[in-house]
Amino acid sequence: MNITLEIWRQKNARSKGKFVTYKLDGVSEEMSFLEMLDYFNKTIVEKGGEPVAFEYDCREGICGCCGLHINGYAHGGAHETTTCELRMTKFKDGDKITIEPWRSRAFPVIKDLIVDRSAFDKILRAGGFITANAGAAPDANAIPIRKVDADEAFDSAVCVGCGACVAACKNSSAMLFVSAKISQFAFLPQGRVEAVQRVQKMVARMDELGFGNCTNTGACEARCPKGIKLTNIARMNREFIGAKLGSQIVRH
Amino acid sequence: MSNITLRYSSLTKKIVMALAGLFLITFLFVHLTVNLMLLFDPTREMFNAGAHFMVTNPVIQFMQIFLFGGILIHIIFGLILQIQNWMARPVGYKVTGWSHTSPFSKFMIHTGIIILIFLTVHIINFFLKAKTGQVNPIQYGDVEYEDMGLLVVDLFKNGGYVIFYVIAMLLLAFHLHHAFQSAFQSLGLNHSKYTPFIKGLSAVVSIVLGLGFMLIPLVVFFSDKF
Repeated sequence: MNITLEIWRQKNARSKGKFVTYKLDGVSEEMSFLEMLDYFNKTIVEKGGEPVAFEYDCREGICGCCGLHINGYAHGGAHETTTCELRMTKFKDGDKITIEPWRSRAFPVIKDLIVDRSAFDKILRAGGFITANAGAAPDANAIPIRKVDADEAFDSAVCVGCGACVAACKNSSAMLFVSAKISQFAFLPQGRVEAVQRVQKMVARMDELGFGNCTNTGACEARCPKGIKLTNIARMNREFIGAKLGSQIVRH
Repeated sequence: MSNITLRYSSLTKKIVMALAGLFLITFLFVHLTVNLMLLFDPTREMFNAGAHFMVTNPVIQFMQIFLFGGILIHIIFGLILQIQNWMARPVGYKVTGWSHTSPFSKFMIHTGIIILIFLTVHIINFFLKAKTGQVNPIQYGDVEYEDMGLLVVDLFKNGGYVIFYVIAMLLLAFHLHHAFQSAFQSLGLNHSKYTPFIKGLSAVVSIVLGLGFMLIPLVVFFSDKF
């Protein structure tokens, strides 16, 4: 099939950037979306042009690198699908596809469609971990944990940090990501030890980095490729209120 | 004020917004109850007695401090959050899809600003007149009240004002439809069993308050009894 691509081109973080429209012939329905972009880049390189920079790694939906804003939707808008899992069968001959990078003050564009998502790493470094040595694999079974709690923690832990929640949110809020990273520890005894500090530190770091505020619209949940639920945000709010009201301040 | 409020974390601001908002909803129910008295008694005695109680009762007078405080906080925090949200995306998308989530949640600042304009007009028309003694007295037997009812009926016989009022109440209903259940989410009150009920209740609250307030100008305008 023949398609028209409208792609955001930006030389580097300091340059201005603009949309460039390209015609692309010979796209196969069997291609994945990223394979289509590979094929497109090959046609550019063969003509001596600069290929479009886009981020990818695993191409199987588990690394969180490949986020693109396609035709107005993060990851193209298919249900629980990352950009790399998107197939060209979703498109038809003559389609125009507009591809944009994530747009957020906290995710500056590095080049073309690649954004700097290190703001997420900074939030994790603020508290998205447990300090205690959790032991080796067999130690995981040393403390009995209810199945429902283990499942809930795992459902939050499947977040791959792709940034689609920020990209889809009208406020560029990172609260779905942050709440998932808080929730994955909230159910487990190892996570409870530092829970009071964790939520406060991670929320403070999130605010510093310039993300917006959640207005409970739910666009993040709708676009999350891993099905992270809004209930995580309520849990983060609960943890936050508990930490502010219930914690005893120890002065040294 | 804004420098102090900017220092609060995003979650603190959201929690304060939710608490102030829920408090304002309780006030709307009290207000609607008094307003509906007008429809039940075209002689306006019941309504005027209600209005008299609202402007003289010491508990209500005391609560007014919290009411105006609540309105002010809800507006200031709402504006700060919204400005931060706009700043969080300096470059927008060329193509924006429509997410199939609550449509009202996307226009909270817009409906909020129109409600604020309505509120300003409303306070000038009624509250300030009642507070400054600009309302004519009316005698019922041996008791005398300020005739707030006549003030209301006069304004509600004006078609342009009725349209303005009804539109403002429609937007208030849109605002509340998202607001009520959203406040629970902001307060961390989310539960697999009760959240669907709260969402349903949110729709009921918005419809009851919206339709309730709309009903009064429409009945007064179209009925010969007033």
